[in-house]
Amino acid sequence: MFLFATRRLFQALPILLGVSLVVFGLLQIVPGNPIDLLLPPEASPDMIAQMKAEFGFDKPLYIQYFNWLLRALSGNFGNSIFSGQPVNAEVAVALKNTLYLALPAAVLGFSLGILLGMLAAFNSGHWLDKLFSALAIAGVSLPHYWFAIIMVVIFSVTLNVLPAQGMGEGSLAEQIPFLILPVITLSLIPMGVVARLVRATVLDIRSQDFVGALEAKGLGKRRILYHVAKNAAPPVLAIMGLQFGYLLGGSILVETVFNWPGSGNLLNLAIFRRDIPVLQGTILVLAFFFVLLNLAVDIAQAMIDPRIRR
Amino acid sequence: MSTPAPYKVYMPPVPEEIRGGKAQPLLIVDKLRKYFPVRGGVLNRVTAMVKAVDDVTFEVQKGEVLGIVGESGCGKSTTARLVMQLIKPDAGTLVYDGDPVGAFRGISVSALRRKVQMVFQESFASLNPRLSISDSISYAPKMHGTPRAEADERTERLLRDVGLNPAQFARRYPHELSGGQRQRVNIARALALEPKLLILDESVSALDKSVEAQVLNLLVELKQKRDLTYMFISHDLNVVEFISDRVLVMYLGKVVETGPVDEIYRNPRHPYTKALLRSKPSFDPAHRTTEMPLTGDPPSPLNPPSGCRFRTRCAFAESVCAAKVPELAATPDSPPQHEVSCHMFVAGSGHSRAISGGLS
Amino acid sequence: MTNVPAFAQAQGSQTQAAQVPIGNADIRKPVVEASQGYWRSVWGRLKRDKVTMTVTVILALIVLMAIFAPYVTVYDPYAGGIMRRLKPIGTPGHWLGTDETGRDMWSRLAYGARLSLLTGILPVAVALGVGGLLGVIAGYAGGIVNTLIMRTMDVFYAFPSILLAIAICGMLGSGMTNAILALSIVFIPPMVRISESVTTQVRTLDFVDAARASGTTTSQIIRHHILNNVMGTIIVYATSLISISIVLSAGLSFLGLGAKPPQAEWGLMLTSLRQAIYVQPLVAALPGFMIFITSMCFNLMSDGFRGAMDIKLNK
Repeated sequence: MFLFATRRLFQALPILLGVSLVVFGLLQIVPGNPIDLLLPPEASPDMIAQMKAEFGFDKPLYIQYFNWLLRALSGNFGNSIFSGQPVNAEVAVALKNTLYLALPAAVLGFSLGILLGMLAAFNSGHWLDKLFSALAIAGVSLPHYWFAIIMVVIFSVTLNVLPAQGMGEGSLAEQIPFLILPVITLSLIPMGVVARLVRATVLDIRSQDFVGALEAKGLGKRRILYHVAKNAAPPVLAIMGLQFGYLLGGSILVETVFNWPGSGNLLNLAIFRRDIPVLQGTILVLAFFFVLLNLAVDIAQAMIDPRIRR
Repeated sequence: MSTPAPYKVYMPPVPEEIRGGKAQPLLIVDKLRKYFPVRGGVLNRVTAMVKAVDDVTFEVQKGEVLGIVGESGCGKSTTARLVMQLIKPDAGTLVYDGDPVGAFRGISVSALRRKVQMVFQESFASLNPRLSISDSISYAPKMHGTPRAEADERTERLLRDVGLNPAQFARRYPHELSGGQRQRVNIARALALEPKLLILDESVSALDKSVEAQVLNLLVELKQKRDLTYMFISHDLNVVEFISDRVLVMYLGKVVETGPVDEIYRNPRHPYTKALLRSKPSFDPAHRTTEMPLTGDPPSPLNPPSGCRFRTRCAFAESVCAAKVPELAATPDSPPQHEVSCHMFVAGSGHSRAISGGLS
Repeated sequence: MTNVPAFAQAQGSQTQAAQVPIGNADIRKPVVEASQGYWRSVWGRLKRDKVTMTVTVILALIVLMAIFAPYVTVYDPYAGGIMRRLKPIGTPGHWLGTDETGRDMWSRLAYGARLSLLTGILPVAVALGVGGLLGVIAGYAGGIVNTLIMRTMDVFYAFPSILLAIAICGMLGSGMTNAILALSIVFIPPMVRISESVTTQVRTLDFVDAARASGTTTSQIIRHHILNNVMGTIIVYATSLISISIVLSAGLSFLGLGAKPPQAEWGLMLTSLRQAIYVQPLVAALPGFMIFITSMCFNLMSDGFRGAMDIKLNK
């Protein structure tokens, strides 16, 4: 097990390196001179020269990359062009705010997804199965930014029971109403994805001989469910890891609709302000999170399923 | 058949057009070797080698059926794939009808593949599910430039030869056939290039017993009609005895004993062969197998035992068996075609039973 | 007779076989149905699947609406008018109402389908070609080629898809071309993964070895034996990607990274109608509804095809 974990860790290193290359490369595909993007348009020639020296734009590309990587590794992504604040501070705040949304959305989406998927699988062919499968497929195909708007119309405009946007201030109790709509919206896709996978996996496992053997042994429904769940866990866990990653990095559209000051919103603002250091920093941090998350899922999977431990 | 039939070597007439002449073995396999690397550890480096086929040497005479038997994992199938060049051997030479394979002035691998064809165990997996039966059979001839009409005609003839009505089966797809029918198609497909040597790798093992018998009979009939030579690989001792002229017994990637079928079945020498034959179920209740002839699993081919690979399960193992690898050689008191790789049959090998010429 | 009866079956039926023509003995099932190829039996299953047939028809209608937009609409999708702003659904002449500048919603939705379908389908088509090919190469070649291709894909996999699309779009600048390019890059890695894993599975089947054993060249094996076994799965997967792509590409436009005003595109229409949501919520919800329906239809169609193609061929 330990060997497996260390080996996966070693395998993640080149991926992380590749990720940093891609993020660095993003700057290179920007049309025009990157230095213009790093400075406000009214920058003086002195500032440009200073920037050039600081970022080493006069040096060959691989040295630029190396320097950039070294700085990034020490947590220094430079300063925001727009606000002048250090990027890592801005990213940290935004990420924290995103986590406020992503965590409850994940808990809600995953538990609903598992419940729907299980119910559908154990009532396979019944109208409940059809209803839940339809719900799941709707969740997967839903443009959630559109759903967000509809939720706002219903609950904020028409019924006027929940705030339409923002994060709220003050105590936790005061903030919770602000969370409700975005969390529900965000939970739909993971709900659909998890429900579909749980249904397919459970159906597959139930058709295997060992379940028949358990039933023949006269095991109770609850015990059989336990055996099925244990076998269904690894793929479901894997998809949940991926989905949580998407919630962290992919909530940009929902955060925009609800004007939630998270990482997605920060990214969106950075794009429109052409704030390249913020853009790079946010993407790099999110991608690193994603890789580490997948790593954790892999190891967790191996802990449940000995067959994966190779 | 209460009196044992006299020992025979089956040698049907060989047509003159075969290049090497009658006496030239159709195939010579010399010191064939294949080790598969096993990767592991943190950096995924090669940590060990599976010695799947280790210095295997044998000949296939023209017109004979050479049976290869052994437990699963002994390297039978790897040997077949090595001969077909589906896997690249690590070492060793193949000589087809006097021509070294892949060597200068020899026969090329692609030419060899027309002379030697193979029928696999899985009747379904060995047919492309998207091609109709006739397309599957005519694929190789067409690809090698046989005109369409001629290839189609040949396909029809082949289907009839393997006992399938072309009108009924030609346009069908593999999933619409039974296992036995599919295996007939596989045989037809293998014969489409008009090979001289057919390698049958557990080709009848997955079939129902009654269907297996029919396909075996078909193989016997085709062999006579088309002057074929077979390499027949199976774990089923009864089937091998039925169809083979000569038998090769393999254990953990090594040949332990080889000889004419009657010799091997009536007068086995190697302790492994004896144990294997004793494990063969008998139809006669008086000869029921009562004790376990072979206990335990074969050791891992990862780190095979030193010296003789069978010594860990052999009742007669002595220190010499661990020290020295026994050579495959004829024994003093058996016909020269019968060869055994066991220290007990080598005079002066150091084994306590060696001088007497073994146990009887 | 101690050791011979073991062959009773074999030898017994040998004598039998002398009378009965060999082969007919194990033709147990009579030929009832006419022989049918794989694709024909898939079609036979699809015909009976009402849901899949319905969504396929709906998708066909949406595509036809996009192609024949000028013929199925009356109004110019770009011509507005202050007097006609935000008419509700059911207004005479404008049966789906008008948008915030008085443009006919039906015209905008029909013309919008052109861009939305294009930005939804084109990236997947590009990914299907590029990714599918890379995957087949990686799967068939194995070894170092496989490692090289698959590890590179792993790097792109390390980004949540929408993040990668937005990052590339953000860097390249907004616009339809850049959005399509960004989405193509996003969809290549999953395409490679699927095509690699299917190819690897097919490659290990004995019929590939049988083809190799009869001297078939690598390119012939890929063309005649691998592709026809792999294409079905890849295309079905691609249809399910289109569903995501439709939502994502409209999302990019929604963020202002894709289509530009006054272009008719569903995602962009959704943004520009956002303020109107308080006045005409139903009209404002229409573009999102179109995105939803189209995406869901592609998803259901993909499911249906997958089910129909998953014929248990063995046994």
